[in-house]
Amino acid sequence: MKTEELIINPQGKTEEYFINMGPQHPATHGVLRLLLTLDGEIVRKVDADLGYIHRSIEKMTEFDTYRQIVHLTDRMDYLSAHMNNEAVCLAVEKGLQIEVSDRVKVIRTIMTELTRLSSHQLWWGVIGMDTGALTTFMYAFRDREMINDIFEETCGARLTMNYFVPGGLMWDIHPNFQKRVKDFIKHFKTKLPEYDTLLSDNVIFRKRTEGIGILSKEDAISFGVTGPGARASGVRCDLRKKHPYSAYDRVEFKEILGTKGDTFERYRVRILEMWESMHIIEQLIDNIPEGEILEKTKAVIKLPKGEFYQRVETARGEFGANIISDGKKSPYRMKFRSPGFSNLSVIDHLAKGWKVADLVAIMATFDFVIPDIDR
Amino acid sequence: MSYFGDIGKGIKTLLSGMKVTGKYFLNARKEIITQQYPENRDTLEMFERFRGEVVMPHDENNEHRCTGCQACEIACPNGSIEIVWDRKVDEETGKKKKYIVNHIYHLSMCTMCNLCIVACPTDAIKMAKKFENAVFDRTALTKVLNKPGSKLMDGVEE
Repeated sequence: MKTEELIINPQGKTEEYFINMGPQHPATHGVLRLLLTLDGEIVRKVDADLGYIHRSIEKMTEFDTYRQIVHLTDRMDYLSAHMNNEAVCLAVEKGLQIEVSDRVKVIRTIMTELTRLSSHQLWWGVIGMDTGALTTFMYAFRDREMINDIFEETCGARLTMNYFVPGGLMWDIHPNFQKRVKDFIKHFKTKLPEYDTLLSDNVIFRKRTEGIGILSKEDAISFGVTGPGARASGVRCDLRKKHPYSAYDRVEFKEILGTKGDTFERYRVRILEMWESMHIIEQLIDNIPEGEILEKTKAVIKLPKGEFYQRVETARGEFGANIISDGKKSPYRMKFRSPGFSNLSVIDHLAKGWKVADLVAIMATFDFVIPDIDR
Repeated sequence: MSYFGDIGKGIKTLLSGMKVTGKYFLNARKEIITQQYPENRDTLEMFERFRGEVVMPHDENNEHRCTGCQACEIACPNGSIEIVWDRKVDEETGKKKKYIVNHIYHLSMCTMCNLCIVACPTDAIKMAKKFENAVFDRTALTKVLNKPGSKLMDGVEE
């Protein structure tokens, strides 16, 4: 057969073909491999191939003590490190039946909200990059740097903090902490409207996101989507509101809900969540009560026989830590429910019929962190 | 009509975005946020709690505070700390006492989780601020923390 005959199809029909997106593709934000079945540029099927960054964290926990497990969860969803730590700490505290002091609860809440802000800032920078606007990344990192400094000063690290320990906190907050947080809130309140001017109101960005990848409320629930992705479809799934933990029951904030469930709605929910996070921090930062930083626990923590589950709201959705204990110093089995894994399952459903560039925009609004999916 | 309307809207949002970036472009000198890292090494000061690597402070008499209790070795989640210890007879009391021969620290395995520092009952080890740990040979990342010829500080008990 001649070459021209292969290229030019006389019937004008197109054939479906297969292409790999990833594992080294910048738009997949990590080592995620998507097997795309395409028709021209239109996505027919998306298969996710996982396992490129699997570190068997769940198995490793079976050989670690309860104190040591906490630092492993930093490395799952590294942008929500504090929330992951909190889930494990709360589950262990549930097993030990100890109640941390109000001071610890308030500091934990401020820290997790700062983490949520920094995670959303990074996401905002990256969604700009994915849709073709490089400026946003620089602007987001400028503001994120301030949060990283706060973490570095109080926790000692910028990304993998390991600041929460079962029973409380590793140290008390740094004397500069309150001042720095207030400075940041003041700074960021002037910068967040710029985010809207730069990206949210931009015509190109609107056309890339509005009406793309619509997720209905029913589908969001049946696929197990949580976090801002589900709230944009109108699912009330904010655990901070529904099952308050730490100090969330003593602060006022709105659960941001969307109606349309398209890509822009998911974007809008995250931007509005940043305002709410700042609002939560503002209520707590001046009212940190006095109290014990660390509850007394035994040198080697042993949980009683049984099952202990705690879920928290990370920047991406619901994160759960389930400990099955047989009374020894390590868990018999530990299972993590990560938000990214369930959110990834809906991509095939959403991207069908849209173009490859739209798939990138849809993925960006779910804000995948691949080590969180693989664990 | 909407074709030209779209063009007009596009130019308008483009300009409003350019206004933001233009503002920072013109005021670039007032608000410098980047650090000239390798050049500013002399003035670069890390935060006091920054976790760079584990060190064992020694005083001027070459004495440290490590009793060899191995609490850090047990607390470490990934086997970064190895303690080689022995017993010797204390001249004053006549009892056998534990002492460290080598406190070996594998920086290549360390995740800077700080659990060893918290576990230490005598504050013998602490986190240093050094963060430039790149070397050409990975064996250089295995360090002996106690200096040669050093001994336990007086009055430090397990």
